[in-house]
Amino acid sequence: MTSSAPNSFRALPDPDGHFGNFGGRFVAETLMPLILELEQAYKDAKADPAFKKEMDYYLRHYVGRENPLYFAERLSEHLGGAKIYFKREDLNHTGAHKINNCIGQILLAKRMGKTRIIAETGAGQHGVATATVCARFGLPCTVYMGSKDIERQSPNVFRMRLLGAEVKPVVSGSNSLKDAMNEALRDWVTNVEDTFYIIGTAAGPHPYPEMVRDFQSVIGNESRQQIMEAEGRLPDQVIASVGGGSNAIGLFHPFLDDKGVDVVGVEAAGHGVHTGNHAASLSAGRPGVLHGNRTYLLMDDDGQIKEADSISAGLDYPGIGPEHSWLKDIGRARYEPITDKEALEAFKLCSELEGIIPALECSHAIAQIMKEAPKMGKDQIILMCLSGRGDKDIFTVAEALGVEL
Amino acid sequence: MSDAIIGGQDRIAKRFAKLKEEDRAGLVTFITAGDPDPETSFEILKQLPDAGADIIELGMPFTDPMADGPAIQEASIRALDAGMHMRKTLSIVRGFRDQDHETPIILMGYYNPIYIYGVAEFLEDARNAGVDGLIVVDLPPEEDPELCIPTVEKGLSFIRLTTPTSDDKRLPKLVQNTSGFVYYVSVAGVTGAGSASNDQIVEAMGRLKRHTDLPIAVGFGIKTAEQAADVAKQADAAVVGSAIVSKIAESLDENGKATDKTASMVTGLVRELANGVRNARK
Repeated sequence: MTSSAPNSFRALPDPDGHFGNFGGRFVAETLMPLILELEQAYKDAKADPAFKKEMDYYLRHYVGRENPLYFAERLSEHLGGAKIYFKREDLNHTGAHKINNCIGQILLAKRMGKTRIIAETGAGQHGVATATVCARFGLPCTVYMGSKDIERQSPNVFRMRLLGAEVKPVVSGSNSLKDAMNEALRDWVTNVEDTFYIIGTAAGPHPYPEMVRDFQSVIGNESRQQIMEAEGRLPDQVIASVGGGSNAIGLFHPFLDDKGVDVVGVEAAGHGVHTGNHAASLSAGRPGVLHGNRTYLLMDDDGQIKEADSISAGLDYPGIGPEHSWLKDIGRARYEPITDKEALEAFKLCSELEGIIPALECSHAIAQIMKEAPKMGKDQIILMCLSGRGDKDIFTVAEALGVEL
Repeated sequence: MSDAIIGGQDRIAKRFAKLKEEDRAGLVTFITAGDPDPETSFEILKQLPDAGADIIELGMPFTDPMADGPAIQEASIRALDAGMHMRKTLSIVRGFRDQDHETPIILMGYYNPIYIYGVAEFLEDARNAGVDGLIVVDLPPEEDPELCIPTVEKGLSFIRLTTPTSDDKRLPKLVQNTSGFVYYVSVAGVTGAGSASNDQIVEAMGRLKRHTDLPIAVGFGIKTAEQAADVAKQADAAVVGSAIVSKIAESLDENGKATDKTASMVTGLVRELANGVRNARK
């Protein structure tokens, strides 16, 4: 059922958490028993219909699923090519796809009898989603956030505090998402008895990449059904932005065995891949080991991790989920870089044409669509994950556009 | 074969045999290679055996030391800022080996810099430089084919960390493929955090001894000669890291540069710790 399934792209990871050469369990020994316990608990939960039922309940009544698959008619017309559909994850409670995963993990934490939750956050979306489910389920919550991100995402910081979470600024390393993850791991290694670590993206040691993907696959499963209803056929392309890559893998996974579907991930190229100031680990990095998994990373020749750079805090990470690394290497998905400037243009265009202010993260995917849709036929279909709303980004965008608020 | 490339397991085994003969525990000291700069770090390293270090752990700097507390994180940053990299780390070991043929050197760190160097080439170069063993924090037994097995095949020791979360079910897996000694991390946490109680250490030693005949070194949170002595009563060796590294930090000038006190402050602390360890069982 593992790598012996060559006619499916959906059969991995293997029992040790490998997606081909990627993934694995590269963690300190103190954490190994916890990770093995989590793996078993997840396996049990997956096999338990009551767990699925509970999850479906909260996704429907608390998150607000299913959310629409929206035909972006004016954007499609404007670009003059393919029909563009948005999967509206921005309409979820808390305004992004992150909550899908948080519901799954907090229900698992409850099942395991854990009494304290920790999380890392970049843009603050995952932090807000975690703080939200912690409030809902009555568990204390500590969120680690780089001091640089605290500065550029202050509305989300305040949101988390309103929800009762403790936001701990991280001032080590580059003061952003990777350092927040280091600090969360340090917390976990210290509080092994009672703490559950809700990782926000489909990365980290096994079973996180698999588990987060499964929880986010609701995006792709719904989209598949909705596009069949709307168009009577599958899309020609599915596209999403990738930081760690959880919304993307959630959209992609149900389509991976549909050979005719072009699978496109969009990376943050910051100031440009050639400048060195970017977060495009698949376009410009190479395989290495960080945060529990082997995956593409930005690093120097000595194996030291480089700081990522992107206008979007949610994409500002020097790595990527291991399944994306595998999909790239075997050629099932392609990954394209989009600069800060291109993403800003897309942010404005989407706001003006569709009345939807997109998050800067998924503005990268819109920017890629602006390049590709015009070259496609009017009978072709692009399905994009609009992973989050852009309200949190208005200060960053205003600054980038030289507007004083 | 030159003396420098004696298999690492021999040098470690010999050292523990000697300690047993002297009926005392050993002192294992940790510093980060290149901290605060390559030259000063080399000077400190050379003086450690005379100050009383029986075994030396030399940290390989890494940008993202996920299991380390602030003291060792900062040491890594100081070293990297001073231009440290893996080849220089190995050349420091080579320089040390030219003058000391007996004190075991264990390289300690994270996997990525080794992986990027190339495992086969790294092991070849490390062995030739006179390295005796490796401790790689983010390689549990589940990942043994990555580095542990090739290390053992090369005749070097792969030393495993065992922790308070290593129960009787987990320990057999931890002690297989390991050699040299077993490092017991006495508290669940990052380096430099709180220390374990005597009772906890006694209990853990009993558990470990049921699963291995290898010597056991106990570390994490040992800051003073008294604490080192307490551990030395129970364990085959006491490991001190963050306290030594903090001493380096304390010795620096306002620009974070080494001063003429840096080496002597470190060796001063190591002397105190060694006294504690050496007199513990008297």
